Amino acid sequence: MNNVTGRTIGLIAQFGSSGELIKAAKKMRESGYSKYDCHSPFLIHGMDKAMGLGRSKLGWVIGASAIIGTSGALALQWWTSTINYPLVISGKPLFSFQAYVPITFALGVLLSAFTALIGMLVFNGLPRWHHPLFNSERFESASDDAFFVSVLSEDPKFDETETKQLLEAIGGTNCELLTESGK
Amino acid sequence: MNKPAENIALPAEEAPLITGGQTFHSITEKIAGVVERKMPKLWLLAFGAAFSFLLVLLGSIGYLVWEGIGIWGLNNPVGWGWAIINFVWWVGIGHAGTLISAILFLLRQRWRTSINRFAEAMTLFAVLCALIFPGIHVGRIWVAYFLAPVPSQMMVWPNFRSPLLWDVFAVGTYFTASLLFWYTGLIPDLATLRDRAISKIKKILYGIFAMGWRGGNRQWRHYEIAYLILAGISTPLVLSVHSVVSTDFAVSIIPGWHTTIFPPYFVAGAIYSGFAMVMTLSVIARKVFNLENIITINHLEKMNKIMLLTGMMVGYSYATEYFIAWYSGNIYEQFTFINRAFGNYAWAYWIMISCNVLVPQLFWFKKLRRTVPVMFVASILINVGMWFERFVIVVTSLSRDYLPANWGYYAPTLWDILIFAGSFGLFFTLFLLFVRFLPMVSMTEIKGVLPEADPHHGAGGVHE
Repeated sequence: MNNVTGRTIGLIAQFGSSGELIKAAKKMRESGYSKYDCHSPFLIHGMDKAMGLGRSKLGWVIGASAIIGTSGALALQWWTSTINYPLVISGKPLFSFQAYVPITFALGVLLSAFTALIGMLVFNGLPRWHHPLFNSERFESASDDAFFVSVLSEDPKFDETETKQLLEAIGGTNCELLTESGK
Repeated sequence: MNKPAENIALPAEEAPLITGGQTFHSITEKIAGVVERKMPKLWLLAFGAAFSFLLVLLGSIGYLVWEGIGIWGLNNPVGWGWAIINFVWWVGIGHAGTLISAILFLLRQRWRTSINRFAEAMTLFAVLCALIFPGIHVGRIWVAYFLAPVPSQMMVWPNFRSPLLWDVFAVGTYFTASLLFWYTGLIPDLATLRDRAISKIKKILYGIFAMGWRGGNRQWRHYEIAYLILAGISTPLVLSVHSVVSTDFAVSIIPGWHTTIFPPYFVAGAIYSGFAMVMTLSVIARKVFNLENIITINHLEKMNKIMLLTGMMVGYSYATEYFIAWYSGNIYEQFTFINRAFGNYAWAYWIMISCNVLVPQLFWFKKLRRTVPVMFVASILINVGMWFERFVIVVTSLSRDYLPANWGYYAPTLWDILIFAGSFGLFFTLFLLFVRFLPMVSMTEIKGVLPEADPHHGAGGVHE
């Protein structure tokens, strides 16, 4: 860390199509890399399998929040109308659960919706407005029409020359070294 | 000369979703270009008009708050007038956006990608317009917080058994969930705008909202689940929100309101009017911004088919109401329905029938389904008809209830009209700002349905 400005952060290489990107992802995994990612302007089906990633666990978190939302809403309606301020309205029982269904459902949906967005951001380590990848000008086209593999230097297998050779061998072009300060 | 088998279109050989030989880059150029270029003069004119109507809305609401809801045409017995009609109408319009973004997504209807973004925006703005009306209808809007279950020194809670309170939660949740869904869908596109931005200020603003999206698969895989689940939880909202709205009526004992058909009948009508609004907006948008290759005539035809279907469902509901009124043997119910068709408000009833039942019959003909001016006019007429449907439901039933001594006649005042007209100002102001600053079609989803997005496509594809 004595020369912070020039520290190498990783490597990126460009690929020609979503098919090539999937092939590259497979080869990266087979070569033992773990801190790499495949960037594309849209979601590519089959990429999870190629990278050896399982199904996201986000669904479980949202499921839990749906349960919390619905039971919290039901508890609120039960407590306010039977314990805190019992009030007979049109001769109905104090805990008329049928009438509590719409709000119970609505609050369950509300909490799950918040969890879906916030959970997705948290799982992805976002918001993170600065990332060394953004130092590369070429990488800007990853959100337009280009496909990239990035390998971070944290990866135990990372080696500036070897990784670069591998990326080129599997069809990557425009290899670029990412440094902390940019160019 | 062709062998007969060659004439059979296989399901896989459906007409291409996107026409004009687009590439990933041309999609970006076409859609992001709209935001990046200067707006056409027409936009400025439209924005000026919309904004003036918005000012009318704000001014009228100001006067309403100052003076009270006595400035409306409400009377005894018609205590619900245009405000509730407008509320139901605007909420209903929102439903098509959710149906397109959630249900059609789960059903893997890939054609939805061309229209889902602005249909979702339409939902948000329509629900926002809707929320104004019950908000100002409470009269003393500074105590509107009574609707929320907040502990206060009065020690009273809202009545959770009341459909009016269900409404607050149902529509509030609907707005919030739609907003979150819409924003989730926008994140990758905001990243595109960030990466293409030339001016520093745009780069920073789009960058903030893009949250630092990098488009890596380690992000996409969580994104996919979040999007899928948001679609999943929005799906029941398409059915539940307008069902809850209908219980505002159905749970009361007013003749013509107290019926079990209301929830499905309202939902069908909501989707119907919503698609009509999506149609009106997409016909204008594709023309003004040259998006004919992205929102193709096939997309429009599919929407027309949905309008035909839901229009028939609405017509069927009208007929069922008459049958049940007769079959129930309830004289008040029978009177109400005869009165709707031949009473004081018969003119409104027949506007409703002609716009909602007769107009969609045009769409039985393929040629008319694919003629833009026809569908444009039809979509506007359908929304006129759907507004009158709510007028007929609200006003005819209230003005002629059980005792003739209670009967009355309702007519709107200038303020009713100004506030309704003003709500269009709010809607179009927001919509025009949306097309100015955000991509009105989802670029990332459109790229995903191009043939070359498929990893198995062409040379260099994956073959296993």
